[in-house]
Amino acid sequence: MREFLEGSLAVARIIKACKPGVISAYPITPQTHMVEELANFVANGELNSQFVNVESEHSAASVVLGSVAAGVRSYTATSSQGLFYMAEVIFNIAGMRLPLVLTCANRAISAPISIWNDHQDSISLRDSGWIQFYTENLQETVDFHLISYRLSEDKHIMLPVMVCMDGYTLTHGIETIDMPDEAKVDSFLPPYKPLYKLDVDNPLSFGPLADPDYYMETRYAIHQTHKDVLEIMPKLTSEFSRVFGRHYNGLIEEYHTKDAERVIVAMGSVCGTVKEVIDELRAKGKKVGLLKIIAYRPFPAEAIYEALKNIPKVAVLDRSLSLGSYAPVASEVKAAFFGKKKRPEVISSFVVGIGGRDITKDSIKEVLRLVNGREKSNEFIDLKPELLKEEYE
Amino acid sequence: MNSEKKPLLAPGHTACAGCGQAIAARLVVDAAGPNTIIANSTGCLEVFTTKYPESAWEIPWIHSLFENSAAVASGIEAALRYLGKKETINVIAQGGDGGSADIGLQAISGMLERGQDILYVCYDNEAYMNTGVQRSGLTPFNSNTSTSPAGSVSYGNIRPKKPMPEIALAHGIPYVATATVAFVPDLQRKVKKALSIRGPKYIQVHVPCPLGWRHGPELTLEIAKAAVETGLYPIIEYENGSLIGVRKITPRPVEDYLKSQGRFRHLFKNPEEIKKIQDIANNNIQKYGLAAANQPSQ
Ligand SMILES: Cc1ncc(C[n+]2csc(CCOP(=O)(O)OP(=O)(O)O)c2C)c(N)n1
Ligand SMILES: [Mg+2]
Repeated sequence: MREFLEGSLAVARIIKACKPGVISAYPITPQTHMVEELANFVANGELNSQFVNVESEHSAASVVLGSVAAGVRSYTATSSQGLFYMAEVIFNIAGMRLPLVLTCANRAISAPISIWNDHQDSISLRDSGWIQFYTENLQETVDFHLISYRLSEDKHIMLPVMVCMDGYTLTHGIETIDMPDEAKVDSFLPPYKPLYKLDVDNPLSFGPLADPDYYMETRYAIHQTHKDVLEIMPKLTSEFSRVFGRHYNGLIEEYHTKDAERVIVAMGSVCGTVKEVIDELRAKGKKVGLLKIIAYRPFPAEAIYEALKNIPKVAVLDRSLSLGSYAPVASEVKAAFFGKKKRPEVISSFVVGIGGRDITKDSIKEVLRLVNGREKSNEFIDLKPELLKEEYE
Repeated sequence: MNSEKKPLLAPGHTACAGCGQAIAARLVVDAAGPNTIIANSTGCLEVFTTKYPESAWEIPWIHSLFENSAAVASGIEAALRYLGKKETINVIAQGGDGGSADIGLQAISGMLERGQDILYVCYDNEAYMNTGVQRSGLTPFNSNTSTSPAGSVSYGNIRPKKPMPEIALAHGIPYVATATVAFVPDLQRKVKKALSIRGPKYIQVHVPCPLGWRHGPELTLEIAKAAVETGLYPIIEYENGSLIGVRKITPRPVEDYLKSQGRFRHLFKNPEEIKKIQDIANNNIQKYGLAAANQPSQ
């Protein structure tokens, strides 16, 4: 059914359709609306779920760790400082191979404190073992929550998934969304059947101490599973499209890349702005395109290589930093070409929209202008030099 | 305890000889019975029972992190409630004094406040033992630990124990008790009683650590008993906010407790420091009415 909905409420609706038996979260802007809406569903008897109010994000993540370990599909959502406060538990959930879906309403990190959008929160946890998807618009956000539960609970995967949606732009944006029909959701996402759980009839110990004889293989196994995700995602999204009629490749999306001379690589909602600019410039005969990365973990290096190997000029947009080094997405895109036969002449790296700085069509046009020149590294777009004066000498 | 039954914390784990926590943890799980799920904090108990690929636990057991066993247990309880199985399965969260009174206090407070049907058990060996005997919020006054060492200008830990039972009680929960590995039937009775009550429960069990307290492994139970009989570890029980029971004692001088432990040895050159510990014991005796009827309370 097509509905005009706020992003957070749309997420709450799809989560309700996925029927988690336990929900636990702690409030932080801009995640609040989705959790409040779920609380309403539970309060009104529209969703049969245990809604556990906690005193912190550390406990929210720990509660859902416990409930999934006990064999019940669970859900949590957070942002920024909340995700960092969860960080220890985030690694733990992946290490224990517990399937879970978490919505990250992407927000910048303090200090200075900022409630506005960039990707520093989830990018900083990219090495945790979680699968990470970055969504462009609300339809994709809704669909990927559903796909994520299926993927996470696949008995060959058994890893948690973070669906990263841009704070405000998506959480508070309103779009017309085709809300998946609940009966179809039920057929696509059967009830969770745990491979292992805390069960008095079959007592298992979870979370043992692993000495150097055993630890390394547990990490290797997660890494291998990430490679399996690259194989499974296209199959899963084909099945999704058979049921719901919308097609995703699941790892990347190519927009006018085939004959392009200049391609922008980006993640998240900025891809919408980039597509508008591409449409404008294509109308004027300019050969520009977009490569959208949806799956950042696992990183689809091979698909990126194939999509970009014949493109002369590539501009990578990063909405987070690895201060003191190369920006995260750009460095990984570049790594995808190392030791390969073909590569673009230029792979330039641009930093945009940090701490909610607007990314306008002009920002994107500036990137497309600069990518014509020498290769750039960590080139900040829309920086205000007048704010960079030293105040203390 | 029925000796025919297989213990739910099996022998063969790697605890030190004379470890009070190992004995108490077995008594707790045996009292709880096989229909129990345990969430365990990081610490000695977790380390010595579950070194992969072995586990000493015969019940479903989970360790996640140091400070979150109360929250993990809350998730388990919520899951059981969702599955309609909560009525038949006990949920226990447990951890050491550091994991409970310090780093895990916030998660415990959240759990107690939520009214969830969980028993929290704190095994109080009065320091961070797993990391090498650093002081915690439950380390007693004047105790020599690796981060509160006695020195030429210090007698060791500068503060008395944090009043954890009172902190738990202040949450308005239905059951709070202290116990000790020295009095087995009392400990097991309290575990069973706690589990028969719906809602959050807190039990703190005093468990000597021969390595950390520096005493012979054969003295564990004797020292635990002396802690109670000197008035330094009051054995108390609250139901619905009222003190319903205390273990009466014929008070012994605190030296009886202090003398066999290396962590207090430095005090014997300074009688006035021992006097301060006697004052703590006297306060406890008066506050909880510990003195047996024929004894004048001091
Ligand atoms: C967040 C975090 N901080 C510190 C540690 C290190 N650590 C592990 S066990 C432990 C001490 C445990 O002390 P306690 O809770 O009293 O249990 P005990 O070992 O004495 O039984 C510490 C400090 C950790 N694992 N996690
Ligand atoms: Mg301890």
